[in-house]
Amino acid sequence: MRRTRHLWLYPVFILFALIFIAPVEVMFVTSLKRDELEILREMTSFRAFWVAHPSLENYAAVLSGEVLGGTPFARFLFNTVLIVGSIVAGGIAVNSMAAFALARLRFRGRSFLVSLVVALIILPFEGLAVPLLLIVNRFGWLNSYHVQIVPFIAHPFSIYLFYQFFTKIPRELDEAARVDGASPWQIYWRIGLPLSLPVIATVAILQSLEYWNSFLWPLMVTRGPEYRPLSVAMNNFFGQYPRYWGDVMAFAVLTSMPILLVYLLFQRWFIQSVVRSGLKG
Amino acid sequence: MLIRRKKTDDALVALGFLSPSLLLLTAFLIAPFVMAVVLSFTNQRLISPLPTQFIGLRNYARLFSDPDFWTALRNTVLFAAVVVPLQSGLALFLATLINRRIRGINFFRGVYFMPVVITMVVVCVIWYFLLIYPEGLLNALVRAVSFGKLGPYDWLRDRRLAMPTIILISIWQGVGFQMVIYLAGLQDIPRELYEAAVIDGANPWQQFWHVTMPGLRNAHIFVLVTTTILAFKLFTQVEVLTQGGPLGATNTLVRYIFVSGYRRLKVGYASAASVIFVLIVLFISLIQRKLFVEEREIR
Repeated sequence: MRRTRHLWLYPVFILFALIFIAPVEVMFVTSLKRDELEILREMTSFRAFWVAHPSLENYAAVLSGEVLGGTPFARFLFNTVLIVGSIVAGGIAVNSMAAFALARLRFRGRSFLVSLVVALIILPFEGLAVPLLLIVNRFGWLNSYHVQIVPFIAHPFSIYLFYQFFTKIPRELDEAARVDGASPWQIYWRIGLPLSLPVIATVAILQSLEYWNSFLWPLMVTRGPEYRPLSVAMNNFFGQYPRYWGDVMAFAVLTSMPILLVYLLFQRWFIQSVVRSGLKG
Repeated sequence: MLIRRKKTDDALVALGFLSPSLLLLTAFLIAPFVMAVVLSFTNQRLISPLPTQFIGLRNYARLFSDPDFWTALRNTVLFAAVVVPLQSGLALFLATLINRRIRGINFFRGVYFMPVVITMVVVCVIWYFLLIYPEGLLNALVRAVSFGKLGPYDWLRDRRLAMPTIILISIWQGVGFQMVIYLAGLQDIPRELYEAAVIDGANPWQQFWHVTMPGLRNAHIFVLVTTTILAFKLFTQVEVLTQGGPLGATNTLVRYIFVSGYRRLKVGYASAASVIFVLIVLFISLIQRKLFVEEREIR
């Protein structure tokens, strides 16, 4: 009885799967079509989902940069990877350190700082972008890597996730270590950080998604292709006329590939990260 | 003596641990926030030969008398008011659908979540292609389903269709996120509750309303509030797909801030709009905190 009911559900599962897959499939297929007229002719029918003569020419054009004003795709990829990587790595160090102090050390003003961090989680970046633009402009930081990295390293929500984790480690553990003569720094490095590996993964995944996606800020602070990340480069290329969909889709595939691949490999981790961010928030 | 020394030690050590983040948070979060408030009372521009002047509430007065601001605010609220229930409802539906032990369930869960990891700009580009007027794939689909009676529609350039189209694209991209939260919430509800409900003669519909829905209370609060705040931040989709058009029909608060502060260099004026935006988001978050506190008190 139960099994037949579930069998009946498969068409519903598949229908929704198609809704989510079909657009992505069209992106892949279109990126493999060399002839622009063929793309426009076939986009009205089921042929949009199928490529008769797959070609990698669009990829060659995007990778070499001949359609991107001479900047090879790898430049934008490098920019994004460098920016996101620096934010994530710097963030893990800075935020876990702050959280460790808030959770494990005793000092005046501790509870005030905890509530300050919690309060700061709410502040939406979009509402701070314009005054921040004024600040970084005064610093002479416009059009650089650090303008896209430094403001995002300290992250209240990441501090909070680490903080919650560190408060749950039994006190006896570091008391024992202290008796053995370990300094707080050693306790953080040898006990705190290694134990917090799941939080590190969560923070790394959530931050990577957030900053791989970031668009408003790089749009405001980058000028030329030199420091421009993938998202802004994708938008600029998309806005160029005449628009060649084959090239645009190849760019789109190359932009989403890295994260999609990581997602396929670590799907469970991705989903757990989201859950962890939700149920604790 | 000993205790006292220990205390000072900790304070110094704590300062060492905390100073990098406190420095960064002050410079890039607290300072911009304070500046937004201060600048909103000035005529500050991004680049200007003239000195900045204090102009009182004039920015706010101008803001509130600008019909474009009200359009942007109304669009943003409308977007949130439609997206939040639709996306959360669909997410809950998908989560209950997928919350079973059958073959291939991990595959389907993975597929439904996949758009969440695709860069929003790419999502917009893909959909722009599907929505091409008059010969795009979606128009072809609508025509086929309606036997040629409906369409073609100019999804992104028709004043009445542009916002609903942006809404659908946003839901397509984001629903997997809330689905996963709900799925975790569903799996936290003890099985015994359902067994007890069955013994009491509850049908599946009653089980859903009297066991599932109350059991998801925390998931509901989280999903509703995060989706609402995300909805208020709407920018990328409209900037890439419509540039706020046609005739401002898809302009949003964040885009209004972006255009006045960055394109027109009117930092003071954009700061006033930013303050309004932050206040709205703060208000929504405070409601969330209040709901969470109540939950804790009940326990």
